[in-house]
Amino acid sequence: MEKGMKDHAALAEAFINDEERVDWHDGALWWIRQKRDIASKQIPEWEDLRETASRIKNNVLSNLHDYLLQFEANATLNGIKVHWAADAEEHNAIVYSILKDKDIKQMVKSKSMLTEECHLNEYLIERGVDVINSDLGEYIQQLDNEPPSHIVLPCIHKRKEEIGEIFHEHLGTEKGVSDPTTLTRFARRHLRDVFITRRAALTGVNFAVAETGEYVVCTNEGNADMGAHLSEVQIASMGIEKIIPQKAHLGVFLRLLARSATGQPITIYSSHFKKPREGQEMHLILVDLGRSRQLGRVDFRDSLKCIKCGACMNTCPVYRKSGGLSYHNTIAGPIGAILAPNLDMKKHADLPFASTLCGSCSNVCPVKINIHDQLYQWRQVIVREGYAANTKVLGMKAMAWTLSSPTSYSTLGKAGRWVLNNIPFAVNNKFNPWYKQRDMPDGPKESFDVWYAKNNGHDSEKD
Amino acid sequence: MTVGLFIPCYVNQFYPQAAIATLQLLRKVGVEVVYPSKQTCCGQPMANSGFEHLTQECNDLFLENFSRFDYIVAPSASCVLHVKQHLHSATDPAEADRIRSNVYELVEFLTDVLKVENLRARFPHKVGIHQSCHGLRGLYLAQMSELNTLPFSKPVHLLNMVEGLELVTLDRPDECCGFGGTFCVAEEAVSVKMGKDRVTDHTKNGAEYITSVDLSCLMHLEGILHRNKSAIKAVHIAEILNSTL
Repeated sequence: MEKGMKDHAALAEAFINDEERVDWHDGALWWIRQKRDIASKQIPEWEDLRETASRIKNNVLSNLHDYLLQFEANATLNGIKVHWAADAEEHNAIVYSILKDKDIKQMVKSKSMLTEECHLNEYLIERGVDVINSDLGEYIQQLDNEPPSHIVLPCIHKRKEEIGEIFHEHLGTEKGVSDPTTLTRFARRHLRDVFITRRAALTGVNFAVAETGEYVVCTNEGNADMGAHLSEVQIASMGIEKIIPQKAHLGVFLRLLARSATGQPITIYSSHFKKPREGQEMHLILVDLGRSRQLGRVDFRDSLKCIKCGACMNTCPVYRKSGGLSYHNTIAGPIGAILAPNLDMKKHADLPFASTLCGSCSNVCPVKINIHDQLYQWRQVIVREGYAANTKVLGMKAMAWTLSSPTSYSTLGKAGRWVLNNIPFAVNNKFNPWYKQRDMPDGPKESFDVWYAKNNGHDSEKD
Repeated sequence: MTVGLFIPCYVNQFYPQAAIATLQLLRKVGVEVVYPSKQTCCGQPMANSGFEHLTQECNDLFLENFSRFDYIVAPSASCVLHVKQHLHSATDPAEADRIRSNVYELVEFLTDVLKVENLRARFPHKVGIHQSCHGLRGLYLAQMSELNTLPFSKPVHLLNMVEGLELVTLDRPDECCGFGGTFCVAEEAVSVKMGKDRVTDHTKNGAEYITSVDLSCLMHLEGILHRNKSAIKAVHIAEILNSTL
C-alpha cells in the first residue's frame, strides 16, 4: 500500500458503518446470484459449457499473437481502422487524435471498463473534449464524480433516494423524486438528446472474432447501439484478451455471459459490428495495458480468460459486505484483486488479502478461472517482493518459530490458556481486533495433549 | 489399519472436548487410533498469509509425526485441505505425496473410507450446519450451490444417523462465515459482519446449535454468539456424532 492511502480493510470498515446500506447491498447482489443459480440450473449442459469456454480461452491465450494478427487482417479488410496501444497513455492519445482529426469536441460512450482503466474521460476533459457515459448506472456515477463500483452494475451501492438527489442537483429533477421509473425516463430523454447530437461514439468490446474481423458489444440498454448507429465516427476499445477464434464460439460465451451476469437467458442487445456504414469511420483500438505481462506470469495467466460478467463479485461475501469502491481499483471484487497487482503491485498489495479464500468465486466463474488459488499465489508473491508490513513479517516469523518446536508450542499454549483464564483483560482489550466485537474462546484448563497423556498413556509418545 | 490422529493446534489448545470426541468416535467405530504427541500446526496460518516459505519446519514435523500411518484423520477440514494442497518435503517428497493423499477430514473418513452406515448417537436438538468453505469447496464434502451437479452432503448423511436430531434449513446454505484465518483480524469489520449475518440465518431458522466440520468457523461464530448473549451454541460435528445424551 502507498503511504497515506486507505487500504481495503479501512475502506470496507467505513462502508460497513452504515449497516442498513450493507444489508441492502448484500441482499441486492445475493438476489442476482440466486437469479444466476436458477438460470444456470435450467441448462443441463451448464458445466460442459463452462469447460468448453475455459478451453476456448486457453487456446486463445496460447495463440494470442496469431489470433490478434488474424483479427487485424480481417477487420482491416472489412474497412475498420485498427490501432495498437501498449498502455493507457497510448490508447488515450489515439482516441484524442481521431477526434481532433475531425474537430469533434463531444463524444458519447457506452460502458467500457477498459477506458475506465485508462482514465480516458479525465484525459479528454483536460483537452477540452466532453464525454458522456450513456449506460444509466455509469451515467449516475459520472454525475456523482465516482468510478463504477461494479463492472455490470456500476451504481449498485447507491440507493434510489441518493440517485434522486444526484438527478435533482445535476439534471434539475424535482427534489425528493426517487421513483426509478420516473428517474430513468428523465435520464432517457436527456441521453436521447446526447445520442442525436454527438458525432463520435465509443464502445467497449465483449468479444472480437478473429476469423471474421467483427466484434460484439453486449448491453441491456441498447445504449452502445444508439451511440454507434448515429455517430459519424465510431471507436471501439478492447483489451487484447477479448479475442475469440471463431464466430461459432460466440454461442458458448453469449449463453454463459448473461446468465452469469444477471440471470438473464441472453443480454438484451448483443450487437455485431463488422464494417462502417457508408459515410462513417470505424476505429478499433487493441490495448495491451499489462495483459501481455500477466500472460507471462504462469500462475496468473488464467485471469485473462475473464469475460467480465461480474458473477464473482455477486457471489463474494467480502465484496457484498464491503462494496466495490473499497477495492480502490477499476475492476473490484475477486477478479479485480488478481488483475490489480499485475498493474501496480505496491498500490494493490492489500487486495489479494481481501478474501477469506472461500472459493465461491472460482466455482461460479463461467470460464473456470481459479480465482481463489490465484489470490493465494498473489499473497506469496506480494510477501516475497517485500510488500507486507514489517509487523506482519515479524509476527509470522515468531509464529513459525513457535510452531516448529513442540516444546515451545506446548509452553506457549499453556501460557495462553492461563492468560485467558486468569488475566482475561490482557487479551480482552482494544488492542485485540478479535475482541472488539467477539468474545475470546474460553480457555480450557487442560489441552488435548495433557488430557491424552493422562488418559491414554499406553499409546502416547512422550516428548 | 492404524490411524494417526491429527489435532490442529487451536483445537488442541482451545477445544480439547472436540478432539476427545473425535478420538472416542473413531474408537467407537472400531478404528485403532494413535495420537503422536509432538505435533503442532500444519502451517496454514503462515501460508494463507503469504508466508508459505516459512512453513518448511511445520512440514518436516508433520512428516516426522505422521509418516508411519495408513491414514491421518483430523477434525478440521481447513487444516486437512492445507496438508493436501501444500505439504512438501525436500528430503522425502515421495512420503509427502503419500501423506497428501492419505489425510482425511473426520466426516469424509467416516463416509468414504469406513463407509459408516449407522451410529449409536442421540442429539435431540434443532441443528444448523455451517458449511466450512474449505470442507465444502476444497474437500467437496457436499455439493455447493454454485455448481450444476447432483446434490449430496457427507455431513448430512452422518447427521441423519443421529437419533432425535432435526436439521434446520438455512436461507443461504453455503455462505462463508468470514473467519478466513488472519482475515478475521486483518479485515475485522467485514469478518464480523459476515459472522453476524451467518448467525442471523441460523437464529431466524430456529437452530439451537450451529455445527460444522471446522472449529475455526465455530470459534468465530461462537465469539459473536457469546458477545451477543445468544442462547445458540456452537458445537463441532464430532461432539454430535459422539453424543449419547
